[in-house]
This record gives sequence, C-alpha cells and structure tokens, in this order.
Amino acid sequence: MSVIKIKRFNPEKRKDSYFQEFNVDLKPGTTLLDALNEIKWEQDGSLTYRMSCRSAICGSCGVKANGHATLACQKQAENLLDKNDVITVEPLGNMPVIKDLVTDFKQFWEKVDQVKPFLKNEQAPPEKERNQSPEQFKLIDDSSTCIMCGACYSDCNVLEVDDKFLGPAALAKAQRFVGDSRDEDTLERVKELSEPGGIWDCTHCGECVERCPKPAQPFYRIKEIMTVALEKGVHNNNGARHALSFTKSIKNSGLLNENTLPVESMGFTNIKGLLELVPVGLRMLLKGKVPPIIHKPCDELNDVKRIFKELDQ
Amino acid sequence: MIKHDVVIVGSGLAGMRAALELCKDHDVAILSKVYPSRSHSGAAQGGIAAALGNSGDDSWQEHMFDTVKGGDYLGDQDAIEEYCKAAPRVIYELEHMGCIFSRTPEGKIAQRSFGGHSKPRACFAADRTGHSILHALHEQLLKNSKSIKIYSEWYMHSLISDGSRCAGVVVSDVRTGAMETMHAKAVIFCTGGYGRVFKITSNAFASTADGVIAAFNAGVPLEDPEFVQYHPSGLWRQGILFSEAARGEGGTLLNGDGKRFMETYAPTRMELAPRDIVSRAEQSEINEGRGIDGKDFVHLDLTHLGEAKIMERLPQIRQLGIDFIGVDCVKDLLPIQPTAHYSMGGIPTDINGQVILNHGDGKATPMEGYFAAGECACVSVHGANRLGTNSLLEAVVFGERAGRAALEYLKTAGFAPINESQEKTKVLNQVEEIYQSDGSESYNEVRTEMKETMTSLCGVYRNEENLKECISAVKDLQSRFKKGKVTDKGKLFNTELYEIMELGNMLKMAEIIATSALQRKESRGGHSRTDFPKRDDDNFLHHSLVYKNGEELEIKKRPVTITKYKPVERTY
Ligand SMILES: Cc1cc2nc3c(=O)[nH]c(=O)nc-3n(C[C@H](O)[C@H](O)[C@H](O)COP(=O)(O)OP(=O)(O)OC[C@H]3O[C@@H](n4cnc5c(N)ncnc54)[C@H](O)[C@@H]3O)c2cc1C
Ligand code: SF4
Ligand code: SF4
Ligand code: FES
Repeated sequence: MSVIKIKRFNPEKRKDSYFQEFNVDLKPGTTLLDALNEIKWEQDGSLTYRMSCRSAICGSCGVKANGHATLACQKQAENLLDKNDVITVEPLGNMPVIKDLVTDFKQFWEKVDQVKPFLKNEQAPPEKERNQSPEQFKLIDDSSTCIMCGACYSDCNVLEVDDKFLGPAALAKAQRFVGDSRDEDTLERVKELSEPGGIWDCTHCGECVERCPKPAQPFYRIKEIMTVALEKGVHNNNGARHALSFTKSIKNSGLLNENTLPVESMGFTNIKGLLELVPVGLRMLLKGKVPPIIHKPCDELNDVKRIFKELDQ
Repeated sequence: MIKHDVVIVGSGLAGMRAALELCKDHDVAILSKVYPSRSHSGAAQGGIAAALGNSGDDSWQEHMFDTVKGGDYLGDQDAIEEYCKAAPRVIYELEHMGCIFSRTPEGKIAQRSFGGHSKPRACFAADRTGHSILHALHEQLLKNSKSIKIYSEWYMHSLISDGSRCAGVVVSDVRTGAMETMHAKAVIFCTGGYGRVFKITSNAFASTADGVIAAFNAGVPLEDPEFVQYHPSGLWRQGILFSEAARGEGGTLLNGDGKRFMETYAPTRMELAPRDIVSRAEQSEINEGRGIDGKDFVHLDLTHLGEAKIMERLPQIRQLGIDFIGVDCVKDLLPIQPTAHYSMGGIPTDINGQVILNHGDGKATPMEGYFAAGECACVSVHGANRLGTNSLLEAVVFGERAGRAALEYLKTAGFAPINESQEKTKVLNQVEEIYQSDGSESYNEVRTEMKETMTSLCGVYRNEENLKECISAVKDLQSRFKKGKVTDKGKLFNTELYEIMELGNMLKMAEIIATSALQRKESRGGHSRTDFPKRDDDNFLHHSLVYKNGEELEIKKRPVTITKYKPVERTY
C-alpha cells in the first residue's frame, strides 16, 4: 500500500486547509489521476479536482505533486513515490484555491487576454490559404502546443513575488503571434511585451521549462520574443533597461559566486547565460551605461523581493 | 433568470464556430461544463478532411464518394454533397483566422492519407489538429468577448420546450451550485459524443451524453444511436487514442504471429481501410487467439518510420506511448485494441442544423428555435461509419450552418414563454432524489458495470442474445442507480454530484444504444451482428429514430436520401 497525502480545503466546512492521507494500492500503469479517481470513487466522493481528457491534452488536471506542478494524468504514480512510499499532492500555486485541488484560473486567463492572443492581419485574405513555409511554421510550432494547464504559472518564481508579471503561459502564447509570419503586429506586440510585467521581468530561472508538459516550454519562447524585440530595436524601455542593469550588477558584484544560496534558490543562476542567449542585441545594449541596482549581497528572500519592488518603480 | 438571444451549449469546434456566426448581430451565450479550450475537440490528433488538392489531384466529388461508401450507404447524400463542397472554404477560413497547419515545402497546407479516403486529404497540424483548431477558434472567441458571454464550468441540465418550440435551458454554475434558467430565443446544442458509456474508450471524461439525453427527455428522438465507431488503435486497457495518422504515415498492424493480418481482411487498402473494418479485423484476430501472447491486443508497428519522421509528424503520439505505458514507438511496438471512439448517431437535424422531431409523410417537423451540430447531432453525413478526419470537418461545417440557421430564425423570433419555477423545480427534484437515496449501492460499481456490460455485450461484435442480456443488465443498473451513495452534499464545486447526473444520462443512453442495435438485424458500418453478418438493404436501408414513449422506447424509421451513388457492396 502506498500513501497519497492530499491537501484538502473546503471553505463550506472548515476555514483552513489540512493534509489527509489515503492508502492506495498502485498497480503498474496507474497514473496519478487514476489514483485520485480511485480515491474519489472508492473512498471519499468529496475529493475535488478537475479532469477531462486523461491524455495530457486538455490541460484540466494540473496539480502539485511533491511540490512541483504537473499533469496528474501524465505521470505514472509509481514514479512519484518518495522513499517512504508517499506522494504529496497539493493544488497549483500562484492561484487562489477554490476547493481541494481546484484553483481559480481567473488571473491566469486575464493575462492570456492581455497579450491579445489572436492573429492580427488587416489585409484581405487570399482566395486560398496564406502561404507559410515549413521553416516559418517551425517558429510557432512549439508555442502552439500549449494546453493552458497552468503548470508553469504555478511554479514561476517571479509570480510568487510579483503578480503583475504576465507569466510564462501568456508569454508563450504571445510568442505564438510574435513569431507568426502571418501576423502584422509584431512591432506593436514586442513593444507592449517589453513593458514592466513583460518579458524582461522573467529571471530566466528555467522552472517553467522543467514543469511544462508540452514542447511549449515558455522560457525559450520568452527568449525568442526578446531576440525579436532587440532585433526590432525595442530596447529603450524600462523593462529591458532594468533587466539588463540587474544582470550586469549581479555580474559585477559577483553575487553569483559569493552568495549562491539565495541566488540559486530563486533560480537566478541562469542569468549570466543571458549574454549567450541573445548575443547581438544584448552585447550592443551592454555597451551603454547602466547603473547597478544591487549594491550589497542579498542573503534573504526579502531582499530579493525588495529588489523586485525597486525594479517595479 | 438569465436572458440571451441565443444560448449555445458546448464549446468544442461546433459550438465555437456557431458562436462566431452569431456574435456580430446578437447577444450570444456559450456554456460549457469544462473551460472552453478544454473541450474534447482538442484531443483530435490526425487531421481535418478537405479536397484542397495540395498533395495531388482531388475533388469534392471524390470526397463525397469516399464518405458515402465509408458510411456504408447510410449517409444522406444531399447533406454529404454540401458538406464536401464547403470543406475547402471552411479550411481556408480557419487558416485566415490564424489556425496553424503543417505545410508543404511550397508553403501550402500539408495533407496526408487517412483510412477510407482515396486521396491524401487530411489537413493537419502535426498530430494535434483538433487542438490547433480549437485554440484558433478560442482565440476568436476572446477577440469577440464583448458580444459573446462565456459561461465556463456551467452545466446544462435540461432543455425547456413545450414539445414544438424551444425556450431555453436549465443550467447550474459548477462553482457555486446555483441553479438558473436561461431564457433564449434560440438554443444550439453542441455537446459532443458519449463514448464514456463504454469501458474501453478514447473519449474524455466529459463525453457523457448529457446533451442527447436532454433532447431525448424533451421529446426529440435520437437517430441511429446503434452506430458507434470503434477505433482500431486504442492503447491497450486504457483506450487512449493513437491516431490513425500513425497508419496514414505508414504504421503497420501485426498479430501474435508477427503477421500483417490486414492482408486477409482488406488486401487493397490494408491498414488504411475504414475503421470499422480494421477494428473488426483486430477483434477477429483477438477472438481467434492470435492476439499478442493470446491476449486481447495486437501491435502497431512504427519502428520503420524512423525517429525523424516520428518527431516531425507524430511527436505527441510518441510521448503518449512513453508516458502511459513506457513504450517508445521509435524502438518498440505499441500494444493496441479497438476503442469506442465516435458516435455516428445523435440529435436528428436537417442540413442546416435545425432539429427535426419527425418525418411523417416525408415532411419534416422541426422543433422551432432548437438547433444542433457536431458529434451530438446526426445530419447524417457519416451514415453507418465515419471516416477519419470527417468529424472535425462536420463540427466546423455544421457549426457554421447551425449558427447561420439560428441567425435567420432570430430575424423574426422572440422569446417563448416559460414557467421558470416549474422548470427549475424539475431539476432540483432530480438533485433531491439523489440526496435522498438510501445509499445502499455504489455509483462507482454501477458505472463500472455499465461500461463493462456495454463493451462486452454491445461492442465491436453484437448478437441478439448478448444485446438482450445487455438491455436487461442496463435496466437493472438503472434501478440500482436510484439507491447510490453520495458523500458530498455541499454546493461548492461538487464534482461528485455532476458525475452522478452524468451517470444517469449514460445509463439511459446505454439502453438506447443497445435497444436500437437489437432491432437492426443486419451488419452495416460500425454495427456488426454475428447473427446477421450481411448488409440488408431490402429491410434496413433506413435511419432508426428512437423516441421516448413513457418509460418505453419506440423505434421508427426514416428513409435515407440517395442522390448520386446507389448502394453497392462495400469492399476495400
Ligand atoms: C482522441 C480523439 C481523436 C480524434 N481525432 C479526430 C481527427 O483526427 N479528425 C476528426 O475529424 N475527428 C477526430 N475525432 C472526433 C472529433 O474530435 C469529435 O467528433 C469532435 O471534435 C466533436 O466536436 P464537438 O464540437 O461536437 O464536441 P466536443 O469538442 O466534444 O465538445 C463538447 C462540448 O460540450 C460541452 N458539454 C457537454 N455536456 C455538457 C453539459 N451538460 N453542460 C455544459 N456543457 C456540456 C463540453 O464541455 C464541450 O465544451 C477524435 C476524437 C477523439 C476522442
Ligand atoms: S524562466 Fe521566467 S517565466 Fe519561466 S518560471 Fe522562471 S521566471 Fe518564470
Ligand atoms: S506553457 Fe506549458 S506549462 Fe504553461 S500552460 Fe502551456 S502547456 Fe502548461
Ligand atoms: S485530464 Fe486532460 S490534461 Fe490531464
């Protein structure tokens, strides 16, 4: 018997959340969703979560398993057992909980809405299809696989401290249009996406890539938008400047080496990779004078939050 | 009470396409029990058919012939003609909206082969075509959000009608449990299929027959419910789908002896014969002990395609194999079995999505203000068996047509009177009955037994004895259902309660499917009777219409519309 330890919350009955353990006999081939269903159907009908396709395509069943967001239907339960034969299941993060594992996606969808998630092209369409080469298709192939499951959003470190950040899913969706050869609004789009709350607020921690169940992999999409923005000459904005000065100051003060703990726990280790990622534009920008924001090592989460606040102003 | 000009129930391809047709002129509500972009259309992998001719010559006439023949001559040819003619236009429109498609080297929409289609006709976006179209339409919904009100995670309980005119629906908000009546001049049902009635199925948990049963309860007959499609490549024991695209790209089927057994059943089309034929071939191999190790599955072999092609054309399928059974199809064989996949039958409509109550004396009597499109409807373009990629097309073409028909209707129609409290009370009583039941039975057992019964007694192969046993078993389950045990009596996001109501609908649907299967004493398309192995055009070249007659089912006939192609024997 294995144990599935589930974070329960039902405000109709009790104000706070609590953990409850269920014993389940995990047969080979059982997904985490199968295990939740077994509990709901055989032990406690009030256990609440979303599901529909059970084949990793509808995006309904996102939960946290052992602290990390995942699709319940996509993971073999066996592989999630810790050394004590336990799987800990909690609702997705960075969203209010409605009941048990069901969270409120309102803000998530509002942010998707903010990136104007539809093709903009005012030309009269041709009689047949618009041409798009396989290479052009490739540029939006990955971003278009997003199933809006919210796994990336749940585990994004920036969203934990700054809920103004558009977040990985909305930005991946934005790339779907920035990269689309048929869209006419590229410049407008990258300008808006370069505003505070947009691409430059991402700390490049790569968490969303770890969590994404699809090739959408938001961080790479964010990088692609940055590249387009810089190529289009969109760098004279607060977002880009803040991000760049932040990067530079961390480099200059050597924080990456001296103070790896908070840096790593917040996932900043990838920042130095920024230079390699968007080579031309960034090197060009870094030639300009950018005042360092961080003057002393930050060894507390609070400091990091303060830095984000500073960045916001 | 909530009021809208038009209420669309269901936000898959059909529902969203209908909404776009109406939103310029009217106040539209679209309601879905799952968030719109989580509708089951998104699971469609392989493609959407249209004779674009991007990969060699093609024509709507050939598409039409393939569809008629694929449906074993039960499809209505006037509808099929309109549908195949409209196909290229609707695909181009989707492309113009921004829908993503895989491309040919010249930049046109790429097309590939699919079972039963004589030409490479399936437009696709890798192996996530449904997802790509669903999200493109969803994007348009967001773009038009001022005139389309989305009721996400709302459940439709019943259709309000006086028997001849429809006036709205009774719904509830899953999140709060609040029950509401929605008053509307027109209602469009796009509630999808009901594969969940079966144990082995490719369908989502949401595909539970709510829409068709709400129609049925309001006096609308259900057409051709006995025709259920079993898809040949469901993941063993799970039913999760490996798209036919896998065979379209060159995948082969092997039995326990390692033999390509389709040679025996469809020597010319081999693995690309229509689904009913391939599924029966598999089931025969399994029944005759030639499954893998004598078990109830065969192998799908993609290993010869190579990693590059699999990654370009079938990446998601590869991932499904890895995630769900730890098999990487680049190196290993996938274990598959037939899986209940698609419902050819449904709410009878004319070619414009107008719901038809009966066809007395060759004259169709509509239910005014009530339209249906997509998998829940039966136009019928698929006849006795649907060809792969024809269903996404149906949802888009008839979603649009139903939207237009409603638009036309709204030019003159007003709100029909309704008795709000009476309609609400009916549904509230239903909920109360569930809460008051004695709790001596387990809903889970009832559900499991229903699924097992339907898969084993009303599956790929059927016969009189099994069907009779099936019907009586289902009736027994219906009475056990009345004594089920509920744990959650709260209002907040009570998914247990909704699952119970869905089960109630499925139990009725199961009875309807089996009863209609029992009366059709022939084998045609997806309906295969071992005791009547031949098609019988003399006695059964007609649609079945199942009516509610008190607690009994009454079955009537409707002739098939035949225009261009006279029925001939169907061989591949
Ligand atoms: C795995 C799989 C792969 C497929 N691949 C292909 C393919 O490659 N090509 C092809 O042509 N076809 C394919 N099909 C078939 C095709 O996907 C469906 O027939 C089609 O998408 C149905 O669309 P729809 O709009 O009618 O319904 P759906 O997309 O199923 O939508 C139904 C809607 O109704 C809503 N609903 C249902 N009941 C209620 C209720 N009580 N209250 C509120 N809302 C409700 C749901 O929430 C949902 O929004 C596939 C099907 C499956 C299962
Ligand atoms: S890489 Fe950026 S978007 Fe992704 S989780 Fe980290 S901070 Fe968030
Ligand atoms: S980007 Fe990936 S993790 Fe984020 S919502 Fe889309 S599919 Fe889910
Ligand atoms: S149930 Fe659809 S993604 Fe898991």
